[in-house]
Amino acid sequence: MNERAASRMRVVGMIRKESLQILRDPSSIAIAFVMPVVLLLLFGYGVSLDARHVPLGVVVEQPDTNTASLIGAFQRSEYFDLKSFDSIHAAQQAFDLREVFGIIWLRNDFSEQLLSRSNAPIGVIVNGVNANQARIAEGYIQGVWQVWLGHYARSRGIELTLPVALEPRIWFNAAVSSRDFLVPGLIALIMTLIGALLTSMVVAREWERGTMEALMVTPIRIGELMIGKLAPYFVLGMGGMLLSVATAVWLFEVPLRGSFWLLSAASALFMLVALGMGLVISVVAKNQFVAGQIAIIVTFLPAFILSGFIFQISSMPEAIQFITHIVPARYYVAILQTLFLAGDMWPIVLSNCAVLAAMLFVLLAVVRRKLHKRLDA
Amino acid sequence: MNTLHRIFALVVKELLAILRDKKSRFVLIGPPLAQLIVFGYAATFDLNNIPVAVYNEDSGAVSRALIARLAGSPHFNLMGYIERDAQIAPLIDNKDVLMVLHLGPRFSADLKRGKTASAQLIIDGRNSNTALLALGYLRAIVTDFNIDWARRHGKPGPPATLQMRPWYNANLLSRWFVVPGIVGLLTLVVTTIVTGLSVAREREAGTFDQLLVTPLRPVEILIGKSIPGILIGLIEGSFIIAMVVFWFEVPLRGSLGALYLGMFLFLLSAVGIGLMISSLAVTQQQGILGAFLFLVPAVILSGFATPISNMPEAVQYLTLINPMRYFMVILRGVFLEGDSYALLFDQYWPMAIIALVTLSLAGWLFRRRMN
Repeated sequence: MNERAASRMRVVGMIRKESLQILRDPSSIAIAFVMPVVLLLLFGYGVSLDARHVPLGVVVEQPDTNTASLIGAFQRSEYFDLKSFDSIHAAQQAFDLREVFGIIWLRNDFSEQLLSRSNAPIGVIVNGVNANQARIAEGYIQGVWQVWLGHYARSRGIELTLPVALEPRIWFNAAVSSRDFLVPGLIALIMTLIGALLTSMVVAREWERGTMEALMVTPIRIGELMIGKLAPYFVLGMGGMLLSVATAVWLFEVPLRGSFWLLSAASALFMLVALGMGLVISVVAKNQFVAGQIAIIVTFLPAFILSGFIFQISSMPEAIQFITHIVPARYYVAILQTLFLAGDMWPIVLSNCAVLAAMLFVLLAVVRRKLHKRLDA
Repeated sequence: MNTLHRIFALVVKELLAILRDKKSRFVLIGPPLAQLIVFGYAATFDLNNIPVAVYNEDSGAVSRALIARLAGSPHFNLMGYIERDAQIAPLIDNKDVLMVLHLGPRFSADLKRGKTASAQLIIDGRNSNTALLALGYLRAIVTDFNIDWARRHGKPGPPATLQMRPWYNANLLSRWFVVPGIVGLLTLVVTTIVTGLSVAREREAGTFDQLLVTPLRPVEILIGKSIPGILIGLIEGSFIIAMVVFWFEVPLRGSLGALYLGMFLFLLSAVGIGLMISSLAVTQQQGILGAFLFLVPAVILSGFATPISNMPEAVQYLTLINPMRYFMVILRGVFLEGDSYALLFDQYWPMAIIALVTLSLAGWLFRRRMN
């Protein structure tokens, strides 16, 4: 038997062994196929940063046509659900019990001040605990106020010209729906999970049980061992990716404006990086408990928080921004959000892929060295 | 007495099993600390240094005054000026800037003639939340500019103005919202994993059978296995609370007792869930995966990052069985709103029920496994 055929046989044998192991343990299948679906459903349906139907308390101390027109403007907005209170005290009680998110308070001299054009104050109290939601709700309240001002001025024949009017145009996501950016980003999270967590646990188990040493005394070479170990998980991860893309496009109707093939190619590259991370962790930890913890902490949580998936990287302190550069998910999230929402933007895709490729190279070099050392020891 | 003694011995043994190993010990202490610092700084929705480019076709001083306001704001970082329409798309596409402000050639002229001058704003909407917030910041700048301009040119201002007052968090710092939540996030992760793996590890090592032949009764084993999880959770939780108050300077306005009562009930339910996973899992891999299948939905559906009120109704009902949901309210209530026991009662009892149910279920599963 020549050397090349022997090598192929060893790799195929290794792949068969790993595949059997995956098929035998239902938890591996669960993480590859059940987890993506559960996560996508949870995120797609459960996570939204938009503010809709925000409960607002309304206190009108002296109702008349002016207050009715202002409150009517809030009622017509789909962003708010109004609830009337007789006094500011009653409203504050509901506010403390978190029954309403904010209060609109028109004092008894509102109309008088409005008619005398002396800047009638519209009191607005919002619960600032969730600062993000508070800011977005404030934006919507401002929008309602401006629309009402226009109506009011027109109905009274008052000249009301805004010196500067802002005309915003939001590209790529005209409906500003948070689902459209969360669901693509989620694919990065799922692939990190499959690649890094599953692989690190599986290989750590071999160390723990001593079967790794058994593998090492076989004629298999390090490179062959790595290919054989990673191939089945690569297939598993790509399966999870396809499932996620299908769910995103067909169930959640997130537009896929870029090319599917480019997306698959970039995903395959990221999958390899995630597998590489999983291997490095398992080689360092050699114990399932530690490997699992490290995988969650150095791969999953950074992919969640430091990747730009939800939180804007440019707003982080500089030291943290620096750290995000070593989070592979950061590059993949940029590719995903661009390919889904914007289309094939080659400069973005290529530059991010180049970084991922460099990371893959470094990770494989580390694994090779670490495993090699172990053989000598 | 005998029971207490046996349980105590098991607790010591469990703690030793976790703390003896240098790597396991490090995993319990190092990463949570690193996460707290990194996430405390990174997990913020507040925007600053938003990269923006300006396309100014106007030559008047007024447009420059508006741009100066933009450049002077801490929220924006003026990256430069562009001169042609065609330059807009590549800048936005490649994420070099988040938005481009475009002032037309008639901007100053329109303003001077008393007409409304329009300012076009092109925003990258790939991250819709960021886009909305950035738009809000710029809107505030334009509103200020308008009021100043009207005043200086003797025009009447708007007949009614909004006076917004955010309560509990006057400067709307999202760090105040996120950082207390990390107390719940990290204690949940550590406690679930410590308890979730405790039985599986013994099964894999073969020491579980040895445990069964000791005089320990199943209930005693269960209690002995839950106490270390609660202890570790309480210690880590206290440490994180101290960091939140002293390092991140988030105000702690309510009673510490109310917070600890919540944390204790929360840890009890987390331990119950961890032990359920533990008695179902045959291998440590299954234990970790089980813990994960619980942790991820629990965190997502807790209101930690996104409000529960935004979720569809069916999902909102689902969150009622999530202990972390209640602890999040307690954390933010005590830290920011100054809540005490009475206002938090509605959060305590559901967690107590969850703890009772999960612990009894864990006990039942455990006994079934042993027989």
